[in-house]
Amino acid sequence: MNELLSQYLPVILFIGLSAVIGAALLFVPFMVAVKNPDPEKVSAYECGFDPFDDARMKFDVRFYLVAILFIIFDLEVAFLFPWAVAFGDVGWFGFWSMMIFLGVLTIGFIYEWRKGALEWD
Amino acid sequence: MISDVTDFASLAPAYPELALAIGAIVLLMIGVFTKSNSANMIMGVAIGLLAAVTVLVIIQTESGLVFNGGFIQDEFARYMKVVVLVGSALTLVLSVSSAAEHALNKFEYPVLILLATLGMMMMISANDLISLYVGLELQALALYVVAAMKRDSGRATEAGLKYFVLGALSSGMFLYGASLVYGFTGQTQLDEITRMISLGGSGIGLTFGLVFILAGLAFKISAVPFHMWTPDVYEGAPTPVTAFFAAAPKVAAMALFVRVVYSSFEPIARDWQQIVIFISIASMVLAAFAGIGQSNIKRLIAYSSIGNVGFALVGLSAASEVGVQGVAVYMAIYMVMTVGLFACVLSLKTDNGYVEAIADLAGLSRGRPFVAGIMAILLFSMIGLPPLAGFFAKWHVFIAAIEAQLYVLAVIGVVASAISAFYYLKIIRTMYFDEPILQFSAAPGELRLVMGVTGFLVLSYYVTVGAPLADMASVAAKSLF
Amino acid sequence: MTLPLFFFYLFSATCIGAAVMVISSRNPVHSVLFLILAFVNAAGIFLLAGAEFLAMILIVVYVGAVAVLFLFVVMMLDVDFAELRKGFLQHLPIGMLIGLIFLIELVLVAVGFVVSPQVAAESVLPINDTISNTRALGQVLYTRYVYLFQAAGLVLLVAMIGAIVLTLRHRKNIKRQDIGRQVGRKRSEAVKTVKVESGKGL
Repeated sequence: MNELLSQYLPVILFIGLSAVIGAALLFVPFMVAVKNPDPEKVSAYECGFDPFDDARMKFDVRFYLVAILFIIFDLEVAFLFPWAVAFGDVGWFGFWSMMIFLGVLTIGFIYEWRKGALEWD
Repeated sequence: MISDVTDFASLAPAYPELALAIGAIVLLMIGVFTKSNSANMIMGVAIGLLAAVTVLVIIQTESGLVFNGGFIQDEFARYMKVVVLVGSALTLVLSVSSAAEHALNKFEYPVLILLATLGMMMMISANDLISLYVGLELQALALYVVAAMKRDSGRATEAGLKYFVLGALSSGMFLYGASLVYGFTGQTQLDEITRMISLGGSGIGLTFGLVFILAGLAFKISAVPFHMWTPDVYEGAPTPVTAFFAAAPKVAAMALFVRVVYSSFEPIARDWQQIVIFISIASMVLAAFAGIGQSNIKRLIAYSSIGNVGFALVGLSAASEVGVQGVAVYMAIYMVMTVGLFACVLSLKTDNGYVEAIADLAGLSRGRPFVAGIMAILLFSMIGLPPLAGFFAKWHVFIAAIEAQLYVLAVIGVVASAISAFYYLKIIRTMYFDEPILQFSAAPGELRLVMGVTGFLVLSYYVTVGAPLADMASVAAKSLF
Repeated sequence: MTLPLFFFYLFSATCIGAAVMVISSRNPVHSVLFLILAFVNAAGIFLLAGAEFLAMILIVVYVGAVAVLFLFVVMMLDVDFAELRKGFLQHLPIGMLIGLIFLIELVLVAVGFVVSPQVAAESVLPINDTISNTRALGQVLYTRYVYLFQAAGLVLLVAMIGAIVLTLRHRKNIKRQDIGRQVGRKRSEAVKTVKVESGKGL
């Protein structure tokens, strides 16, 4: 267990260091910078008006389509990692099994392309 | 680890699935490469493909395990697959005439139905908790999409979303149970689980796993108390899709239920028997009472299907070979009756569109005597009136229950059946004794054909198909023991 | 032994805290961000359990893709979340009751956790300590479990078809660029020489 953890030591150090630097950059201005707030200075300013409504708007459903198609291919790629690592062990059977898998998803890709799902409008 | 698939011939038990998968993919490509209006042609080819796969299932007699035990082909699987395939093909036939009105005239619709059917066949043949789950998801994912396919209709979208959310919840429960079972037995293959349980792997953890698995599966067959989605989804989805939901996936899920409890939890039969008896009684009783107040025919059929699942589970609770035979016979007859009933519902068309309210059926016997006649036969059969098929279906499961000395269960079943007769008879009364208010247009030829065939089968069950069906179900049941 | 234990408690405490924040924070976007934090910590727990591949996939797929999708959905739905949340306190007792039942069940299972020695010895895939987790997965996924692998491919295909069937809408009456047509255009299609009589115009 400790052996496994020690393999990840650089990552842990990296995360720790970046957390320290990030926190430092947040806190240093609080301590060093000059602060003289008054109500007008800190109030919201939008061309002289208070903001009219929520800044969030409805997103077009097309973003969602792009995102979900991305996830599907992301998952497909996820299957490639163990295949690549164990390539020497799985032999021709493993090779062709991956080719069939990719073939089915290529069919899906052709379908997407022909349907025009990859075009923006 | 190597696979046991050494050459193409070693895949023989899985040929039907292979053919269906390749066929669906080819149809998808044909659909996307031909110009518009190819939907009808693809629908026709899909029906032909389902028929061909049915024949392949029957003539391909090689049984056994493939894919290192992940897939099993036996007589039980063969019987259930034929029922599912016939159900899918018939419901596709039903949707031909009304596809445009229900926004199903896209080539994706038959392709998704084919892939859902493939998922169901995988469920029926699953011999491993993982392959069972993958089959279940393949089927369910296609069905969620089909339910919401009429995307400009608020009701259909709501039905699809409800089905998706509750289906995902039930899958989650199933997975939770499956992980507990794996944790306590160290196995995922159903027959290996049995072996580990008899070696002393049982305990409270395994029981919890079993409970969660059964809860997840009860969702899929819509047994009480996991039935809440059924009326809403059946009502909201386009009618041909509802017909498909009621006919094919229920049979597949029931087959899965039977296989899981018999081939992996046989040594702890006493544990699951209690659960099955409980959900069986709850389904029969709830459906009998909740159906009474319904005014929409699709909603009524939803409650009726909940009740039918309850009756089928009576056979399962017997935990005997006769019981499994009863379930197999029941599901086949249920499929035929449901398809026939939906053929009748889909032929209720006026100039203003399709009719779903029961009150609008008033006087149907005068305008459309054939439709009304077939519907009456099917409803009488649902009640369980001899000598119609529905009577023999119930007879088979009740006999099994009595042989297993579950007298209380059998009595409750008969009483629930009598109560549910009330709402079936109400429809018949509306059709035959009320004054007509609507003019129905003539039913298309293929709907009349389906109505005629199902009506004939239900009516002449005892003299024609009864004995061979019972024999086939008996052979199927034997292969599980 | 204390270091892995320290990390385990760190990850699980953060994970539970983040999960609580997912359901209790007012802003749905914050909920999604806390969900990401929960995923990352779950990945850390996987890592401690030795399931390195699962940990990385959790980060790549869930944090990289699913969380982004959640953000889209949160942005896409024009729902007043404060309104939705009104019933939250009402449903809290029953939700807590169900949670309590689950907790009791889990405790029962955990207390009754007796793995017979046979189970550990005959597990379907005993853990092989000599090779890495990813490689062990790769050795069985494409050969022994080829059926499940291909079925997963079909599930992904259905997901693709479903996403397109349900959300793709082609807008009518908009001009699209068709590069083939644009390049293949000939002079004769585009330009016409017209003799204009003087004083009359076109």
